[in-house]
Amino acid sequence: MRKIVKPCGLHCIRINHLGVTIGEQQILSDVNLHIHCGTLTVLIGRNGAGKSTLIRAILNDIPHTGSIEFKDRENGHIQKLKIGYVPQNLNIEKSTPVSVYDMIASYQSNRPVFLYKSKKLYQEIKESLKMFEAEHLIDKQVCNLSGGELQRVLLSMAVMDEPNLLLLDEPVSGIDQNGMELFYRNIEYLKENFDLAVLLISHDLDYVRKYADHVVLIDGKVLTQGTPKEVYDSDAFKQVFTDMEVRG
Amino acid sequence: MIEFFTAWWSYGFMRNAFIAILIITPLFGILGTMIVNNKMAFFSDALGHSALTGIALGVVMGVADTTLSMIIFAVIFALLLNYISSKASASRDTIISVFSSACIAVGLAILSKGGNFSKYSSLLVGDVLSISKKEIIYLILIFAATLIFWGVAFNKLNAVSLHRALAKSRGIRVKLIENIFAIFIALIVMLSIKWIGILIINALLILPAAASRNISVNMREYHLFSVIFSLFSGLLGLMISYFTNVATGPMIVIVAAIIYFATYVYGRRNA
Repeated sequence: MRKIVKPCGLHCIRINHLGVTIGEQQILSDVNLHIHCGTLTVLIGRNGAGKSTLIRAILNDIPHTGSIEFKDRENGHIQKLKIGYVPQNLNIEKSTPVSVYDMIASYQSNRPVFLYKSKKLYQEIKESLKMFEAEHLIDKQVCNLSGGELQRVLLSMAVMDEPNLLLLDEPVSGIDQNGMELFYRNIEYLKENFDLAVLLISHDLDYVRKYADHVVLIDGKVLTQGTPKEVYDSDAFKQVFTDMEVRG
Repeated sequence: MIEFFTAWWSYGFMRNAFIAILIITPLFGILGTMIVNNKMAFFSDALGHSALTGIALGVVMGVADTTLSMIIFAVIFALLLNYISSKASASRDTIISVFSSACIAVGLAILSKGGNFSKYSSLLVGDVLSISKKEIIYLILIFAATLIFWGVAFNKLNAVSLHRALAKSRGIRVKLIENIFAIFIALIVMLSIKWIGILIINALLILPAAASRNISVNMREYHLFSVIFSLFSGLLGLMISYFTNVATGPMIVIVAAIIYFATYVYGRRNA
């Protein structure tokens, strides 16, 4: 991935009036977001608030209403949005013979991984893994990676084809405190050094307060959004999260 | 003594069976890898069972070649299963089980009408010795088609298997790939079911790949061992069955099962 000195801050992703209805049930309605390159936007909310649904709608994995635009702010030119995605976990069982190379090569190229290992691609993948201190994992089986290792591998893969928008689903389990700190530092490194915007679902409010530039609290719709301080001080925030504590 | 071991080659049916096994078993070894990775063992099993219904429908409609009705039915059945399991809220296992048992019941009901089922009972166990030259040509064609599909689309298939939404976000046409794979499984199972038999065809698809998983760490090893195990079980099973006068299909599966248990023990020791 091409490194730049500073994100230009001129690219903007606009999500306009996005809504998702599955069957009879309306899961999200009228979601409006502006996401700028070089910033970390974090989605928070209780379980079942529609955070993952929003990510899947942006990925175009589920049908939705409304529009998603990617604009160059200077000349208003609309470009094709390239999305990198880091899922929470993979659909992989124990002892599945898929190495990290096999996985990344499968997504990145058409050179059949069951036949041979492409030296050029192997080097490219290694370079990308190096960015997140994961190059030693390249020949390991994906199913044997720890939660933190898998996250770093998936992150390396997501940035390989220079996305404009990086969507991340923060892992809930399998990562210790050090791993979490590293994860957030990696994201900070990405947004400061590359020309991309990051949208993250998070469950850890302390890290969000420390690292987020923009926080969006959702529950079927956008309840409130702003800087971490603005959101954390809002009534909606207190209502959602004190309710959760009382019930929990 | 040497003559005792080479005499089988002088029989035309043994030569054909030998060639058929050289084609079918590597094919099963290759396909099996992704059937196991995608947790589709139950799916391919149900497909095998649909053969009975396909033949029964052919008989009812008065089709001269029931192989054709069997293949068409299996392809429709495979696509239908894919479609319904993507839509329905019940688990995939349950849906496949429902369709599979319904297929067996309809097939058995029609074929046993008038007490004639014994005519079709060879389908259950299969008979690799009855394979003809023309049928071998069909097998070669499907073998070539599968290799092309694997060469062109294997990476995409693997990507879909690991994470559908992630694959989709990379521009992979997830449903198309899944459907083509299902059609390939249907075609291969139907073209080889007469030789292997409905009861054990699934074992031959699953066992070599499952054994290979016990000892492989990447896709290249996975494919290599799966093909070797499949081919070895096929050839050894054929020879043993010739000398002991036991049906070939079951003998092949027994060899494959022994390999599975051996690799299981070996894999655990080295884990």
